[in-house]
Amino acid sequence: MLEVRDLQAFYGKSHVLHGVSLSVKHGEVVSLIGRNGAGKSTTLKSLMGVLPDRRGTITFDGRDITRMTSDRIARLGMAWVPEERAIFSTLTVRENLELPPLLRPGGWTLERVYQTFPILKERGAFAGTKMSGGEQQMLAIVRVLRAAPRLLLLDEPSEGLAPVIVQRIAQMVLELKKQGLAVVLVEQNLRFALKVADRHVLVVDGRSVETLTTEQVRTREKELLDHLSV
Amino acid sequence: MGRLLVIQIFNGLVNGAFYALLSLGLAVIFGMLRIVNFAHGAMYMLGAFTAYSLGERFGLGFWPSLFIAPVLLGLFGVLIERTMLRRLYNLAPAYNLLLTFGLTLVIQDGVRLFYGISGAPYSGPPQLAGVTNLGFVVFPTYRLFVIAVSLAVCGLTFYLIDRTRLGAVVRACTENPTVTRSFGVDVSLWVTAVFGFGTALAGLAGVLAAPIYSVDPLMGSELIITTFAVVVIGGMGSILGSIVTGFLVGVLVAIGSALYPPIANTLVFILMAGVLLVRPTGLFGLPEGGR
Repeated sequence: MLEVRDLQAFYGKSHVLHGVSLSVKHGEVVSLIGRNGAGKSTTLKSLMGVLPDRRGTITFDGRDITRMTSDRIARLGMAWVPEERAIFSTLTVRENLELPPLLRPGGWTLERVYQTFPILKERGAFAGTKMSGGEQQMLAIVRVLRAAPRLLLLDEPSEGLAPVIVQRIAQMVLELKKQGLAVVLVEQNLRFALKVADRHVLVVDGRSVETLTTEQVRTREKELLDHLSV
Repeated sequence: MGRLLVIQIFNGLVNGAFYALLSLGLAVIFGMLRIVNFAHGAMYMLGAFTAYSLGERFGLGFWPSLFIAPVLLGLFGVLIERTMLRRLYNLAPAYNLLLTFGLTLVIQDGVRLFYGISGAPYSGPPQLAGVTNLGFVVFPTYRLFVIAVSLAVCGLTFYLIDRTRLGAVVRACTENPTVTRSFGVDVSLWVTAVFGFGTALAGLAGVLAAPIYSVDPLMGSELIITTFAVVVIGGMGSILGSIVTGFLVGVLVAIGSALYPPIANTLVFILMAGVLLVRPTGLFGLPEGGR
């Protein structure tokens, strides 16, 4: 459903992505692994159209979205949860939840959100940023699910969270995958990536260098960890 | 003295009614577009002139003009945003200042070309002529009406932005347009709408001002300086701040100038300097980086 060929991206004058290629099928979770600054988050931003200066080709569901703005890409069924979560401090929890327009049928209803995460109902009238990091991450993920995306771009969902919460998020990603949602995941936490992803794209200096199966990552775990931790 | 003071307070509220409407428009525009709209005073003046021309050309009285002029000004704002401001968002802020300041000059001189420099009288609604006795003070009915309309419109705007779903979208676009757009919200449409709304508020203030002050091409440039001071005192971009500060400054300046007349023209700037010393982000502004 997503085909990326030789994606290049620019921040102003600096060339930050030099050729990322990857493909994602329905119900598949693909992780991007690589060092800090390798271009993983930038790849997600370029896919979503948040970083408008990009070249190469991005085909989503058979449509070329390389030159589209992010609001149009969102309407085609892509959703992005940024690394900083971007919970709005001037909106209540409930307003945060209801912000994304309902673009297609099949999105999470408020009832379903509240059933899965009762805390979000309890905190409904609070400012979104008054919640804990884990709660904010839950909110950031279910917020975009309300619009019924078919491809989810998840940037460092486990960052800075307690192990219990990380577990919970991993389960959630696996459940979403079972329901047919495709996910592109950026993770520093290799164990998290191994748990939820089917394939792993190693990104080095703004280029995708190889695609590995979970098996291959496991056998080369030490070498990869050494590479990532430098 | 007591009676005089009460009258002065009411005079202050009338001035404050205009400061509040104008700084509110500037605040919503600044929040969403991050530009300081120097043309805001010209929009206010155009509001008054639109009411005047609607009367001269089409025989329309105050009441229809009160609705038509703000709508026309809103549409004018939409046109300016779509055709000019839009092109400057990615450039340095100085370009916005140049454009909106230049627009002010063009609009002022344009109006001068058609109507001349001298002020024109505009008659208010006959229903609101005369004075009203509030028990403790006797005050012109129309001016009480101006205070009431300003309070109502400011209150309604605050409610819309702070409490409704529509307002939540505006707040989201203001806080983080990038992420809001990535949710499928057409942020640029909201930017246009907010700019149009801001100029409509200026137009409304202009119509309300027409029966009180003389309608002349420079009426906006005098008022807008004080309004900018109000915006700075209240805190750039703060909705509630601009409303409260608008009325507050109106009253304080009126009282101050009654007690010591020579200070009338400088008091607002003394207040501004004082507030900036103590709270650099204004009375209602968030600390830097708190956005």
